[in-house]
Amino acid sequence: MTAVESTTAKSANGMTETLVTIQVDGRPVSIPEGGTILDACSKAGVSTPTLCYAENLTPVNVCRVCVVEVENSRTLVPSCSRVAEEGMVVQTDSERVRHSRKMVIEFLDTSVDLSQTTAPTSNEAGGRNLADWAAEYGADSSRYGPAPQTMDEEVKIQDNLYIRDYDKCVLCYKCVEACGDDAQHTFAIAVSGRGFGARISTEFDVSLPDSACVYCGNCVAVCPTNALQFKTEFDLREANNWREEEQSVTRTVCSYCGVGCNLELHVQDDTIVKVTSPNDHSVTSGHLCIKGRFGWQYVQPTIQRKPS
Amino acid sequence: MVGLATVFGAGGGTSSYKEIEETDVILLWGSNAREAHPIFFHHLMKGLDNGARMYAVDPRRTSSSKFADAWLGLSVGTDIAMANAVAREIIHNGWVNQAFIDHSTTGYEAFAESVESYTLEVAEQITGVPGSAIAEMAKAYATAEKAQILWTLGITEHHNAVDNVLSLCNLALLTGHIGTWGSGLVPLRGQNNVQGGGDMGSLPNKLPGFQNVTDPEARAKFEAVYGVPIPPENGIHLTLMFEAMERSEIKAAYVIGENPADSEADVQHARKLLSGLDTLVVQDIFMTRTAELADVVLPASVGWAESEGTVTSSERRVQRVRAAVTPPGEARHDQDIIGELARRMGYDWGQPTSEDLWEELRALSPLHGGMTYARLEDEGGLQWPCPDLDHPGSPFLHGWLWEDDLGGRAGAPFSVVEHEGPKEQLTEAFPLRLTTGRSLDSYNTGVQSGGYDNPIRYGDALDMNPVDAAALELADGETVKVSSPRGSVEMPIRVQPDIPEGLTFTTFHFPELVDINVLTNDAWDKRSGTSEFKAASIRVEKLPSSDHTPQLQDS
Repeated sequence: MTAVESTTAKSANGMTETLVTIQVDGRPVSIPEGGTILDACSKAGVSTPTLCYAENLTPVNVCRVCVVEVENSRTLVPSCSRVAEEGMVVQTDSERVRHSRKMVIEFLDTSVDLSQTTAPTSNEAGGRNLADWAAEYGADSSRYGPAPQTMDEEVKIQDNLYIRDYDKCVLCYKCVEACGDDAQHTFAIAVSGRGFGARISTEFDVSLPDSACVYCGNCVAVCPTNALQFKTEFDLREANNWREEEQSVTRTVCSYCGVGCNLELHVQDDTIVKVTSPNDHSVTSGHLCIKGRFGWQYVQPTIQRKPS
Repeated sequence: MVGLATVFGAGGGTSSYKEIEETDVILLWGSNAREAHPIFFHHLMKGLDNGARMYAVDPRRTSSSKFADAWLGLSVGTDIAMANAVAREIIHNGWVNQAFIDHSTTGYEAFAESVESYTLEVAEQITGVPGSAIAEMAKAYATAEKAQILWTLGITEHHNAVDNVLSLCNLALLTGHIGTWGSGLVPLRGQNNVQGGGDMGSLPNKLPGFQNVTDPEARAKFEAVYGVPIPPENGIHLTLMFEAMERSEIKAAYVIGENPADSEADVQHARKLLSGLDTLVVQDIFMTRTAELADVVLPASVGWAESEGTVTSSERRVQRVRAAVTPPGEARHDQDIIGELARRMGYDWGQPTSEDLWEELRALSPLHGGMTYARLEDEGGLQWPCPDLDHPGSPFLHGWLWEDDLGGRAGAPFSVVEHEGPKEQLTEAFPLRLTTGRSLDSYNTGVQSGGYDNPIRYGDALDMNPVDAAALELADGETVKVSSPRGSVEMPIRVQPDIPEGLTFTTFHFPELVDINVLTNDAWDKRSGTSEFKAASIRVEKLPSSDHTPQLQDS
């Protein structure tokens, strides 16, 4: 094939940037230099399943559900972190890719409760969640045995802000990254243990209130499986009253300090049930502090409007 | 804002948050942004991760300062001595940007002379910070390619607040760290729309868009649209209003979304004045302590979740707020309430939407001229000045200082400012310094943050150094009597090694538990109107009986 010439384009900030062009499923796609194969797939309108990837975090390459086939590469490569190189030829829907993604999903499903795995917030997956992808690839974990072997732990409820359900944890490290040097720099949690005993833990496994946690909830916001869940959502789910399809999402600005963080208010029955922040906004990159994330409760109809 | 407006003609932070990610040296001066502006601190951390050095100037060893290369723990109220010594060090070592000074500033000679007495030795004596640390900070700041100075209320809640700000502006003028990407002067705003309030003319001497009340041309423009004459004299700010109440010149007040009966310094005095008014009208979302004093309470809807409108952030970014839930009971949008009041006074303003009001503002304020609701929506907000529809908004201010032609402007003036120290000196009767500030989970007088509970909340407590606590035979958590020349409160102490000896600290988020502003000093700056919340003198006494159990809130 003929090499495709590098071109240049003006970016949003007016700086000239170099473009690279790669082939995605036979079609040429140009993206700014330094972008990933996943960026190119998004640009080409090709959906890609992701779990451990988030646009506001550094890729950690652990879940392998986003793998693609790159010509002349011995192994499949994770599209979320592999930088696109000029002239790369990428297959996203080959038999090898489909088979690998199917088995990744199956293996996860044999050890983790994926029932509340949420759709990625970015649009590159086309809003599809993991169940949709499992159906797409015909994943069937029952062929490995009768029931999934989860860690079978009680949900940890240690405060009124968020809960931890280890049966749903896929060890994607997103929470560790959000708590650490990708955003919050609090370092309250890390991975401890090895093999099947590996788990996300506070220091010495102390309770959250006793840990270094500052309750920004940024770990909860990036969790793809609802292993970390806002208490408001958890309570509504327990009461069988979590109706996401009926919820409205309104973008506004936090009422506390003057930084101007954008909030997305998730509202059900005229009541705020969850607060997130858009990943693509320059102020927050999706991250909030305790006041923005949890300090909205004074608006609720259940709260009498009087200072406590 | 008064300080920045004096030097540069515009009362706004100069820089975008994004810029701190790419700067080289950060002076974090009188700001605990880690707790008071946590998401700004995320941007700052990116800067540190990218290799920036940070110097934290603060009497307390704050959680922010723990990320700094050096913590300069100066005595409360000695900022000007420190800044002037930094300036002298820069001048004496030849680190000034002479070309910038010559072209873009005025008053350098007099300024240079005025800081001559602030040697490192003198500064060390006044501030308590080793001269070598001040010298290191001066060198780092002056010799950096890009550098920013950030501050908050540690600079502005003093009786000489404006001088404090001016002393920091001087450093930027000496080095040219202003008006370029990555350098600047950044006051972090404490409330979600304190910048927007100023933008919209909620200042005694300004019309919307920072146009002067005393300018007949500006007034004429507004009068043509408003259809009424605008009084040509400047109004007065909050602190002067309280003084006017004292003289019975102000007999009625209409308070919107403010809780001065808890938040004012020397608060007992403020409450007395509010109670003595002939008429007090309070418009708020809660029955605050101020509302309890009112003759009429007008229930308002929540600005950011129950109403449409805009707010402006610390980086001058105007953004939309939107209604997501229905206001309870009889609560109404602020603009509806004001419109209804106007109607009953004989002016029918109709039923304008928020966007209608915004369109009027756009037509009158050149800073906001290019900001339609549609653009604010599509572009994630816009930073003023944004004069027309093709203008992309302004990430940073004062680029004009670097133009060959300053457009007839004289340049930015240096300011001669001298160290004064806090109004209230420590005495034998009141030997400890009290300073106040915020904690991460709470906010101001707790009107909003009181609505949620969380595990990191500890309530108001007096932070004391272990040595001071031991000298008074006090245990961590023990309830003590705290007195200033204005009054006394009882509150628990927290023994904190991060608080230097002689200093105490508390938040002011729980006035119903600890009425802390009974203690604070209402000495205030004549120009900004800000009270000296940061420096009172106090005495701590052990309570006689032993039945005072620790009262720290437990989660």
